[in-house]
Amino acid sequence: MQPMKFVGPDIPSLADLQNCIHCGFCLPACPTYIATGQELESPRGRLHLIAAVRDGRIEATDRTLTHLDRCLQCRACETACPSAVPYGRIMEDARASIMANAPAAQPTAWRLRALALRHVLARPAMLRRLLALGRLYSRSGLQRAVRGPLRGPLRRLLPARLARLESSIPVLSAPPFRATGTLTRPAGATARVAMLLGCVHGEIYPNMHEATVRVLTHAGCEVVAPPAQVCCGALHAHAGDAETARALARRNIAAFEAAGLGGSLDAVIVNAAGCGAAMKEYGRLLRDDPRWAERAERFAASVRDVLEYVAGRDFAHDLGPVDRTVTLQDACHLAHAQQIREAPRLILRAIPGLRLRELRTPDRCCGSAGIYAFAQPELSAQILEAKMEDVARTGADVVCTANPGCTLQLQAGVLRAGLDTEVRHVIEVLDQSVRAGAGYAR
Amino acid sequence: MLHSRHMTRPEMPTNARAAAIEALERAVGAAHVLHAPEDLIVYEYDATIDRALPDAVVFPATAEEVAAVVRAANAHDLPVVPRGSGTGLSGGAVPVKGGVVVVLTRMNRIVEVDAANRIAVVEPGVINLALQETLAPLGLTWAPDPSSQRICTIGGNVANNSGGPHTLAHGSTVNHVLGLEVVLADGRIVHLGGRVADAPGVDLRGLVVGSEGTLGIVTQATLRLVPTPRAVRTMLAIFDTIDAACEAVSAIIRGGVIPVALEMLDQEIIRAVEPRIHAGFPLDAGAVLLIEIEGLAEAVAVEAEAVIEACRASGAREVRSADTQSERDRLWEGRKSGIGAIGAVTPAFYILDGVVPRTLLPVVMRRILARSAEYGFRCANIFHAGDGNLHPNILFDPQESGAIQRVLDLGGEIMRICVDAGGSITGEHGIGLEKRSYMEWIFTPADLAAMADVRSAFDDAGRFNPCKVLPGGHGCATGHADEVARHLATPGVYI
Repeated sequence: MQPMKFVGPDIPSLADLQNCIHCGFCLPACPTYIATGQELESPRGRLHLIAAVRDGRIEATDRTLTHLDRCLQCRACETACPSAVPYGRIMEDARASIMANAPAAQPTAWRLRALALRHVLARPAMLRRLLALGRLYSRSGLQRAVRGPLRGPLRRLLPARLARLESSIPVLSAPPFRATGTLTRPAGATARVAMLLGCVHGEIYPNMHEATVRVLTHAGCEVVAPPAQVCCGALHAHAGDAETARALARRNIAAFEAAGLGGSLDAVIVNAAGCGAAMKEYGRLLRDDPRWAERAERFAASVRDVLEYVAGRDFAHDLGPVDRTVTLQDACHLAHAQQIREAPRLILRAIPGLRLRELRTPDRCCGSAGIYAFAQPELSAQILEAKMEDVARTGADVVCTANPGCTLQLQAGVLRAGLDTEVRHVIEVLDQSVRAGAGYAR
Repeated sequence: MLHSRHMTRPEMPTNARAAAIEALERAVGAAHVLHAPEDLIVYEYDATIDRALPDAVVFPATAEEVAAVVRAANAHDLPVVPRGSGTGLSGGAVPVKGGVVVVLTRMNRIVEVDAANRIAVVEPGVINLALQETLAPLGLTWAPDPSSQRICTIGGNVANNSGGPHTLAHGSTVNHVLGLEVVLADGRIVHLGGRVADAPGVDLRGLVVGSEGTLGIVTQATLRLVPTPRAVRTMLAIFDTIDAACEAVSAIIRGGVIPVALEMLDQEIIRAVEPRIHAGFPLDAGAVLLIEIEGLAEAVAVEAEAVIEACRASGAREVRSADTQSERDRLWEGRKSGIGAIGAVTPAFYILDGVVPRTLLPVVMRRILARSAEYGFRCANIFHAGDGNLHPNILFDPQESGAIQRVLDLGGEIMRICVDAGGSITGEHGIGLEKRSYMEWIFTPADLAAMADVRSAFDDAGRFNPCKVLPGGHGCATGHADEVARHLATPGVYI
């Protein structure tokens, strides 16, 4: 490919870049720096590369783009940074400024990735057709044949790469969650909230949505799901497709306004940390669009992660025991992007009988990072391996997280490491406790 | 490709360069050499404002590989600049004359911990905090604790004779290194000092500690460990003015108590740190002192009373005690994030490192603040007050015309204020590139000539970290201002 420059409306700003003083405090927080020991794979190094491209000191060659590509966008560096460098948005801006080049000039892998995201995630019909294949794989028994009870013999016949890929396919045996409209209206409800269903989420992890609805009911909420909602656009923004991200944001804002946002609605509830983080940034995403900027700000201000929201309500009444040893993997876009760390712990500690064993590094990325596990399989696998060692050390029989991407990755990790650990969203474990409670009526 | 107008020095001829890179690849393996221009650019900086591009970056894994790199550099007449995590604060790892940057982070093994004899043997790339975490369960610690300890390397600590808040009680790195394995400029691997204090013969170990990569490259260090204290008390004293806080520093020590740490943060720093770290520093305070006492529980209680009394007598508004480990960690997090937090409130800043006699702190601080105001710059102060080790930070906008030159002028004047007060030009950050021109303020020509002789004895060709520590040198700029002007006077270079 030809070396490129940053172009378009999203060129990283000087003010953002200048916050970096090169102190290096981000290095030990960065999973790719930890894995490689290379300044080029560190936040400080990547910021310097971005600044150099921005100023025309270097052009973005294949090599340089590879370093930008290897960033997980986990934003652990933002937590570590004493000078508040907005790394996540600098990286998104940089990627968008590459993708704003003419399509023919864009790096092939980047262009294909954007195309795939635009035509699959942003289009439910296409996504469902694709997932139907996965469902066939799960329901035909082929998946079970590969993974066990024999577990091994058939798997060992697969080449290493394919085996790794196979372990990333979720078990798609349950029917998808596609309900919209009013999902629950408990007597004496004291709040009315609208739920984001997400693009992949309800298709592969329907139980997370069911659990979310039951827990919100338990916490006295009426829950609706606006029918016109679409994918949140997080992955598009991460991949530099700012245009698609903005288009999706506008559709979601309109869809949730139709469900009462700005009026009868108390909050937009998201049970995927990555989606929640992106939706809290709709205001910035649409800041230059005079017709949408204000509406986007209002929307962003009403977004709550389900754990953040539930922890702030009366949820701890009538909980039943859950006799499990649980460890918690902080979803990066919950802990680092939204700075929510206490809520999941507060919820888990409130569950009778549950034993919480912390990981050594609970807020270090598992290597999932949206589509990173597929785009950078080697590095992702290396990061996941370290994570599974940490999980195994706790002796937990459940590893909890708060994002479908992390769930997918951790399930693959469990499979590869041969552990018996179950992977659950925190809300599913709370749901289990709610259902085991004395007051629960079916 | 790099645009030539931004290159900091003439490029090597292409064939000479290719031959040199081939030799380096033979020394450490091609996978561990970087030479593409767009890769080298992330090795043009450390944590200061200085910038210069290397010709190649190598990542050796053993002392033998380091020696092979040195021999290859000699054969191709390339300067050699060692580097750890690149957190230095004097331009020490910036390759001003180009050449080979030797990154030592792959050499990160803790080779041995001998708890009974309180000795640790480590490779230079071990992170300071990683060592502390290994030692903690054994009830031991390695005393040097720079604010960058979560990422700075032991090799860097040795090269810069680093200090930290606890230097007040324990002394700087040189007091905590028993022996070194060093690669010399001719590629020999030698062992200096040993496993016990006061090894016989000429103390070359002491010479190498703090030599900033000019005498040799440390490939292994034998460290002296100290036991973790039985009891610790961390206090926060809050003052309305910097003056009163400075006064309290002298009063505490006059009262016969030597805290293990005695740190000052002024209002500029407090307002940068507090919104991010929530350490509990009051935003309306003129200054706070962070004071730590350690020892046996009974002694700590008595000494804490004396400290509180001294602070009150000097006009402290309030003295708080951290009751829990997490409160204590929070206060230290606030202190150690202090320098970095300045980045959030200014486009750029220039950190200084000077030493003055403790008793002159109030008058020196007044002079520094007055001079900064005359220049029209804000000055933020966060420093090791107990040993008079100042860190004034000049806040500025590099895009403003002439700002960099005026900042460097003010920096020189502040250093002069320290020297005139009977102090020195560095407490712990090293001389590096930044302060070599100030060495003449402290040492006579004869003193400096003696140092230059030592350097020549180790490295006659002057290939090890050229243009650092000592003033002058073949082909080096005459002062830091010239150096910076040469490297930074290009638009769009970030500081």
